[in-house]
Amino acid sequence: MTEQQNLPAYQAASLPPFIPGSFLKEVMDATPGDSRLQMCIQCGTCGGSCPSAADMDHTPRQIFAMIRADMREAVLRSNTPWYCVSCYYCTVRCPQEVHITDVMYTLKRMAIREKLYDDSTAPDFSQTFIGYIENFGRSFEFGLATRHNLRHRPLQLPSMVPFGLGMLTKGRMDLTPQRIENIEQLQAILNRAIELEAT
Amino acid sequence: MSKYLFYPGCSLQRTARPYIDSLLAIRELIGLELEEIEDWNCCGATEYVAVHHVAAYALVGRNLALAARQVDGTHTVMAACSACYLNLAKTDSYMRQDAHLAQQVNTALDAGGLQYTPGTVKVRHLLDIIVNDLGIEAVRAKVVRPLKGLRVAPYYGCMIARPDRDNRWDNVEHPLALDRLLKALGAEVIDFPMKTHCCGGHMTQINQASAYELIRRLIHGAAEYHADIMVTLCPMCQLNLDAYQSEMNRYFRTNYHVPIIYFTQLMGLAFGLEAEALGLGKEFVDPRPALSRIGIELPAAEPETVTVVEQPRRKKKDSGLPMPRMPGSKEADE
Repeated sequence: MTEQQNLPAYQAASLPPFIPGSFLKEVMDATPGDSRLQMCIQCGTCGGSCPSAADMDHTPRQIFAMIRADMREAVLRSNTPWYCVSCYYCTVRCPQEVHITDVMYTLKRMAIREKLYDDSTAPDFSQTFIGYIENFGRSFEFGLATRHNLRHRPLQLPSMVPFGLGMLTKGRMDLTPQRIENIEQLQAILNRAIELEAT
Repeated sequence: MSKYLFYPGCSLQRTARPYIDSLLAIRELIGLELEEIEDWNCCGATEYVAVHHVAAYALVGRNLALAARQVDGTHTVMAACSACYLNLAKTDSYMRQDAHLAQQVNTALDAGGLQYTPGTVKVRHLLDIIVNDLGIEAVRAKVVRPLKGLRVAPYYGCMIARPDRDNRWDNVEHPLALDRLLKALGAEVIDFPMKTHCCGGHMTQINQASAYELIRRLIHGAAEYHADIMVTLCPMCQLNLDAYQSEMNRYFRTNYHVPIIYFTQLMGLAFGLEAEALGLGKEFVDPRPALSRIGIELPAAEPETVTVVEQPRRKKKDSGLPMPRMPGSKEADE
């Protein structure tokens, strides 16, 4: 690894070797920049700092141990990344400076690609959200909220009427989406990017 | 006047309309000149990057490339929304660090006839610009109605102070920029321990129990410190804490009433501007009682158009074990 060459000798010598084709290597390669995931010392600062840890199947520390143990399917089926709220507390507190939040995003992407999740609420929310961006170039709260809740919480819709009407009467939500002028340009860029991801 | 390129982001167009209205209202007073990036697109929030990798960075890359074309006298792109700020800053930072990603993003941008050289623009948050460029003293000089006696909880949220790869803030967990700004407005600023804790983000749409607990912690924290009002600088934080506060109260059977407004609205009030020009009055949790305590009277609320009749809970007829009751609760008295 090139990063190993840039480190002082005492640090480079202590880097764990990568097993070619290991899940650890796969996750690191799919995360932008240097995620430093192989540096995790299993201290648990991440789980202790996480506001959602209590709702997670595995704490971030456990997930990292499982990644190293090559427990691919168990990691991707875990609800852990889907409960990450992107608060970055773990990331700034990690003594090894592992880019934990970005690793969670990588796990979400892998789970979506392989359809490995037990509860589809969060993956569907992300996909509905980005669908509006791909069609209009802007997000669209009214469409997103209605569509997402019709699909996942139809019984709770009546209780959300005051919220929705409040947003509309206060002029904080529109009934129609806004479209950017050059949507074709954005779509061409995104299509090319998605092609690159496949290679 | 200091000029900046402005990336408004989707929320400011709708859910956070009061944020942009108040920003535009105070803009001239604090000497801020804004030039909107033409035909900008959504930053992807926390969702696009959960589905796509290269496309998520290319999505933001288009905004950076458009901004770079408008560079003229200023290289700074200003965002007021925390998620927009983080996505713009993170894309530029990762493109600088990761040559492979930068090349992929540019290959994608090429399909739309655009290019972006990482580092061409500097991405900064509105608060950073007000406090560090325009300066606290310039703000203090414009105060005509000091907010004396108003206890304010300064709430930063997560994404402006963290991960802070470009070292823009004094501290990633306990920043002081907003505290100092609010003190300059004459407000009494509480030492809010939850100032950079999470508001729940998109969790209100995914797992409500989890979201309400995160909202409760913040509201409870502010109430414990007897804050009259909480001030935020992020559309997502404002929406979660304001619009879902009553749902949260119902869920936990609590009765908190902490109004949540944008720091730009409070600046406008201290500058003597009219409440209406600052977008005040569009909150779910009414800030009038808090503001009238310091002699700021807002126009009366519009008549409530929706009345929700609370249905009495249906009693179960089974002879199961009695459920524990809180002393003094309604059902216990029956």
